[in-house]
Amino acid sequence: MQTLRRTPLYERHAALGARLVPFAGWEMPVQYTSIVDEHKAVRKSAGVFDVSHMGQLSLAGAGAHEYLQARLSNDLDRIGDGQAQYTLLTNERGGITDDLIAYRRGEDDYLLVVNAANVDPDHAALDEAEDVSPEWALLAVQGPESLERIGVEIEPFTFRTGDVLGTSCLIAGTGYTGERGCELGCAPDDAPALWDAILERGVVPCGLGARDTLRLEVCYPLHGNDISPDRTPIEAGLGWACALGKDFTGVDVLRRQKEEGPAEKLVAFVMDEKAIPRQGMAIAEGGEVTSGSLSPMLGIGIGMAYVPTRLFEPETRLSIDVRGRPKHAHVVRKPIYKREDS
Amino acid sequence: MAAEESYPDDLKYHREHDWARVEGDTATLGITWYAQDALGEIVHYEPPEAGGSVARDESYGEVESVKAVSDLISPLSGEVVEVNGTVTDAPETVNDDPYGDGWLVKIRLTDPAEVDDLLDAEAYRQLLEEQ
Repeated sequence: MQTLRRTPLYERHAALGARLVPFAGWEMPVQYTSIVDEHKAVRKSAGVFDVSHMGQLSLAGAGAHEYLQARLSNDLDRIGDGQAQYTLLTNERGGITDDLIAYRRGEDDYLLVVNAANVDPDHAALDEAEDVSPEWALLAVQGPESLERIGVEIEPFTFRTGDVLGTSCLIAGTGYTGERGCELGCAPDDAPALWDAILERGVVPCGLGARDTLRLEVCYPLHGNDISPDRTPIEAGLGWACALGKDFTGVDVLRRQKEEGPAEKLVAFVMDEKAIPRQGMAIAEGGEVTSGSLSPMLGIGIGMAYVPTRLFEPETRLSIDVRGRPKHAHVVRKPIYKREDS
Repeated sequence: MAAEESYPDDLKYHREHDWARVEGDTATLGITWYAQDALGEIVHYEPPEAGGSVARDESYGEVESVKAVSDLISPLSGEVVEVNGTVTDAPETVNDDPYGDGWLVKIRLTDPAEVDDLLDAEAYRQLLEEQ
């Protein structure tokens, strides 16, 4: 049996009575009190997540920019120093090895924040990068009041170094909840003090359960569920993060698929009756659910699924096989949940 | 608000963390405090159909939290005479009051002798301690 790794905040989570579960080789808090309450805190005020399990790869030195341009799907020429970009690491088949955020520290100086479960495959594909994950703890502070609560000003998809509540941090205007907010990178030893200071500002500790429902409501894909090495960005609706005019791993496959149109596509759907869709459930008309949950904001079952071309359009009726019971749903435009002020 | 941990003495228990309140030839069924706590906030109740039959030790429905699905195991055999519509509409009632408003189904017993095979509160508490 493999020992689960613990973040520098493990003791804090245990002291708060969090329910700790194995996730990508880490022992992580899935919830502190209630997934629904934590989810609503992020939508309505502010929540903080320990995402220190996520990986960090660093690549600096002459040729770094060119190296990454040839391997990541998005165009790094679209961002300047101090800016961040959502991008994909693709394989020769055009499949998605990982989705990640690239932080451009300088012309030839990048930090990549990647999914915990994919650090090894990412590092294998980006063999010139250095795995600096052990040097970082990462907290995501998210919600409409998050930045004010902790006294941070940061524009979306920008970053800088700075002091947050007494801790020296990399402050980034990123997150994965669909809300305003930031991610704070700091030295592992500093993480407990930063965590305590954030909670003192009335920010609600939130587990990975709420993180999953938050991202699903706004249709951000989860690697391992909605995207994988066997699914392409074109199928996943992530063509916007692919600069098909440049050369990168698998680009030929993606160009062809974009021109011909994919046979299947990732769509969002909402249940028409009381039932909660789950990953792996079959759809009678064709396709399979890749993520499903109750939407805490809408109070109904929601999900994403790969379906054949004929079922792409919004309002298309689907019948989800919920453990032998057919339950009706319909395709909706992404995102499933929209902020009232957006 | 989540209920305080308790296992009332007037109930009978099944080792799959379900309880039965037996009154004459009918029984009210639900899940124990331990079961609702393990599951977390309950957000969906898939009940059996009224008039249908349930068999001892077999699933008669499901409850779901945001993350998980759990089968409801019937402690006794019988015919479903009532489904708790309050829980269908507001599943979190099971967390708030697992032995009261959070009951799940009422059945008419087809084999009342089965009651003798169930655990009393003391034996059920013992079972939880051993887990």
